[in-house]
Amino acid sequence: MNWGGRTLINVLAPRIVLAVLTLFIISLVIFFSVELLPGDTAEAMLGHDATVEALATLRRELQLDSPAYVRYWRWIIDLLHGDLGKSLSSGRAVSDLLAQRLPNTFFLAGFAALISVPLSFVLGVITALYRERAVDRGVNFVALAASSLPDFFVAYALILIFSVHLGWVPPISIISPESSLAERLYLTGLPALTLTFATSAYMLRMTRASILSLLSSPYIEMARLKGVSSGRVIVGHALPNALGPIANVTALTLAYLVVSVVVVETVFAYPGLGQLFVDSVSKRDIPVVQVVAMVFASTYIVLNLVADMVALAANPRLMHPR
Amino acid sequence: MAKVSERATDDISRRQLLGGASALVAAGAAGFAPGAAQAAGPRKGGLIKFGLEGGAQDNVLDPGTYGTQFVQSAGYMWGNGLVEIDGQGKLIPELAVEWNPDATAKTWVFKIRSGVEFHNGKTLTAEDIAYSLNHHRKKDSKSLARSVFAGVSDIKATAPLEITVTLDSANVDLPGLMADYHLLIMPDGGDPNAGIGTGPYVIEKFEPGVIVRGKRNEKYWKAGRAHADVVEIIAINDIVARQSALQGGVVHFITRPDPKLGKNNPALKWFDLPSAMHYLFAMRCDSAPFDNNDLRLAMKYAVDRQDLLTRVYANSGKLGNDHPVPAFDPMFSAEVPIRAYDPDKAKFHFKKSGFSGPVQLSVSDAGFTSATAAATLYKEHAAKAGIDIALNRVPADGYWSDVWKKKPFCPAYWGGRVTAGLMLQAVYTSQSPNNETFWQRPAFDKLLAQAQAELNVARRKEMFHDLQMMLWEDGGTVQPLFANTLFATSAKVDGFAPSPLFTAFRAAEQLYLTS
Repeated sequence: MNWGGRTLINVLAPRIVLAVLTLFIISLVIFFSVELLPGDTAEAMLGHDATVEALATLRRELQLDSPAYVRYWRWIIDLLHGDLGKSLSSGRAVSDLLAQRLPNTFFLAGFAALISVPLSFVLGVITALYRERAVDRGVNFVALAASSLPDFFVAYALILIFSVHLGWVPPISIISPESSLAERLYLTGLPALTLTFATSAYMLRMTRASILSLLSSPYIEMARLKGVSSGRVIVGHALPNALGPIANVTALTLAYLVVSVVVVETVFAYPGLGQLFVDSVSKRDIPVVQVVAMVFASTYIVLNLVADMVALAANPRLMHPR
Repeated sequence: MAKVSERATDDISRRQLLGGASALVAAGAAGFAPGAAQAAGPRKGGLIKFGLEGGAQDNVLDPGTYGTQFVQSAGYMWGNGLVEIDGQGKLIPELAVEWNPDATAKTWVFKIRSGVEFHNGKTLTAEDIAYSLNHHRKKDSKSLARSVFAGVSDIKATAPLEITVTLDSANVDLPGLMADYHLLIMPDGGDPNAGIGTGPYVIEKFEPGVIVRGKRNEKYWKAGRAHADVVEIIAINDIVARQSALQGGVVHFITRPDPKLGKNNPALKWFDLPSAMHYLFAMRCDSAPFDNNDLRLAMKYAVDRQDLLTRVYANSGKLGNDHPVPAFDPMFSAEVPIRAYDPDKAKFHFKKSGFSGPVQLSVSDAGFTSATAAATLYKEHAAKAGIDIALNRVPADGYWSDVWKKKPFCPAYWGGRVTAGLMLQAVYTSQSPNNETFWQRPAFDKLLAQAQAELNVARRKEMFHDLQMMLWEDGGTVQPLFANTLFATSAKVDGFAPSPLFTAFRAAEQLYLTS
């Protein structure tokens, strides 16, 4: 692809280099901050009435007796060789853990995104179209209220209504690798809905705001003067120019969906990455914490990159910064 | 040997008497009627689901690692121990059919049940038992049960169905030690993580921190147990999620429901059971200011135990008396005076101690459930005796490495041990690594060792009374209460037969569907 002399590679390459550097710095920060936490894996695993010998044996076995920088060095060398390492507390390969949990988290985030992105986009356009009218105010009020409530509260409220009182869906979302797609959708309905509540308002308001800000620009006025209907003005003229910021917000929201599922996964006992992360931090299981943090960070970076590309595609002027 | 079996029956009646007085009455009041269920005959078949806490991604089936309800219950799905604890707290045969000490209580012979088969078809022998026990005591073992075998010098198979355990010093509580939930029996040389045992359910699926599923072991040896075709244990760590899973009918049994929610729901049955779990404030007796017994007594008199129990724990517990022996234990002494809240006595001892200024208490909820709330009330109680407790909030992270056994005064808890002797041994003897109060009394150590070698129950009970008195008068523990354990089941299941210790670990083989 070629945009006015600059290739996609020219645009992407520096960003990718920066991304790798960011990941490296994040890995350092995570490793040494977990290191700063009091206690280690051996203590977390054996509990407070562990014998001194058992602790010593375990530390030796997990190589916790070598200094932190040595362990970091080993970890990063292994990583560069494609080995994600082994969980300290369970001895299982981190890649196996990820293979189990990551698809679950992406499935839930994807499901939530499939509901919330089109919903907020359409509602955003509608509220822009009918701004300051009852529809606009009503939708805005509900969306803001929903996103202001904490995730766990929304989750509990939904459980109370849809599981305990109505009995339509189960209150917990235990899925297994054998679950069919239909089962998965049924079981993850409530968590996906919770996440939709949490994320829609931001995207909706951004869509609405970026369309509205364009409505006063001269070319829109011109279109209006030519007698174009207000629906076509918004969808055909304003929306393409508003796509950049909307894509940005959507990307951030998607990233948020992936990394913020911790609370929702706990409430619904959903076997995803968030649960794994919480478990691992409390066990000081550094190899797992590192890799999960890397996954979260990469999600942010990749989605931001995609958002930039979408913004560029929607508005080629951005290729040539002044 | 005749003497020993006499002792055993004596033991039984005492335990029944004492256990019956507390544990069972409470269980009955909570809706559990022992015997009534059996009359109708448990229904076979179906799927029973448990919603338990304590699931984590590092769960493994190796019994040496068990520390939370999720795996403890999974363990008793696939495995059996040598000794079981029944509803009265009495030790009853499981894979061992009988056990007898020699005259010194230093050598114990366990006879093993014959004709029991493992899930893999192997027949149970003494070699399997020796292998399974030695899994925890071998040199590089990191088993959590390693301390169980501290005084054991040898375990070996001495006949095809007999093992002999040799001790360094006499211990009449050895059978109690063998009831420990870590000591599940595996086939000789087997992988501890395989989950292959002689238990009621054959593990079909094990996803750490998510789910355990087992189907009934059709060759299970224990009569009247293992009713459901399939049992599933689902890890639900969040209390509200657990509760809504039960109310929504997704699971039939949960641990630790929230007493504030759904207690009046007729579709649920509640079990509020006394346990050996106790909450305490530990004072370091080896250094100022708590090396002064008057200050320790002042702190013991300055807490309103009933108020704590009512206001912080919704009365789900029993009052503590500054020693760790619960009322249902056969060695419990009713003659130790009950220490009531007495601001005047607290004031008197505080003055006599010569200590002035605020008493520093380092507190975090890691110490025990709602420790911060309890400490805040304690501060109010003590203020009425003119004692100022300064609360220092410390982080839960690293509490057990940086605060416990380091700070002079801090909260802690113990889940209890099978017998009083083991509990006193584990925490109150001079050399114990868990001696959190640094209270070191050679007289106490000596008397406990004598009591542990005493085969005559009456004499042993007297010794235990003296031990409890020593802790009550001089010990470094302010122990306001014993916590109850709470369970809730759906009205669709029955048969739950909790024991005072390891309360619900065997629920998988006990429950059956009523409709």
